[in-house]
Amino acid sequence: MKCRELADFLMDYVSGELPEEHRAHFELHLSRCRNCHEYLAQYESTVKAGRIACGEMSDELPGDVPEDLVKAVLAARKLDPAK
Amino acid sequence: MGSATPVDDEAALIAQLRAGDESAYEQVVRTYGGRLLAVTRRIVGSEEDARDIVQDAFLNAFKSVGRFEGNSKLSTWLHRIAVNAALMKLRTRKRKPEQSIETMLPSFLEDGHHEERFKSWDEPVDKALERAETRQLVRAKIDELPDGYRTVLVLRDIEGLDTEETAKMLGLSVNATKIRLHRARQALRTMLAPHFAASGGGKATP
Ligand SMILES: [Zn+2]
Repeated sequence: MKCRELADFLMDYVSGELPEEHRAHFELHLSRCRNCHEYLAQYESTVKAGRIACGEMSDELPGDVPEDLVKAVLAARKLDPAK
Repeated sequence: MGSATPVDDEAALIAQLRAGDESAYEQVVRTYGGRLLAVTRRIVGSEEDARDIVQDAFLNAFKSVGRFEGNSKLSTWLHRIAVNAALMKLRTRKRKPEQSIETMLPSFLEDGHHEERFKSWDEPVDKALERAETRQLVRAKIDELPDGYRTVLVLRDIEGLDTEETAKMLGLSVNATKIRLHRARQALRTMLAPHFAASGGGKATP
């Protein structure tokens, strides 16, 4: 397996979906190629970084919803109630 | 972080919504509005559109709460409504033609080796992301991804939907969805690398 194939299989490998027959080749290459090893680590770190930056604990979303949005939703609902 | 109060009795809350209890509506908006706003903003890339979408999503949800089935969580249901509306908005909006992602994917030599020597990152990401400005940077880079890739990344890696559901929402095949996610992650890695591997290349912050 070459670095090129390894890069293609990366996602399936990370999610545990890489079929057994590729897996052995993948891991053999990985054990011998520092560059692919590093690339895999960065790929996983990237996914993690996205999750953390936008996730549950993200500072982008203060627990409080903008007050005007709350008011707008409640006012609009009254104008057009369900029943 | 003063995050939204978790709802521990969702069934009761839903019953209140169905009964038209005003305080229940307000509780739902306050509890789920922040995250809905964030994901919608991430998809459409505009605060103003995001607010409109979230507002409509709540109104639609309140109207159809009678049809809400208890087999999914209220938050999941709300997210689905808002995300669908956001994707619709993105589709109808005339945007610049989709930028190519090719230049942000790894390139290979003829013999199949990587062209680039990857410099290791300075610290574990969870450590780096303890800093607010790094979290901000990561979000900004996600926002720079072309629409068709950013949406897949947001739905899969951030919203946590599975491939099948993501494919369905985007009108893509499962295979196309997987390819897009893989490319989106690779492109994001390329964008983050200069900031995370400061040694050697010099600090690449503007
Ligand atoms: Zn390699």
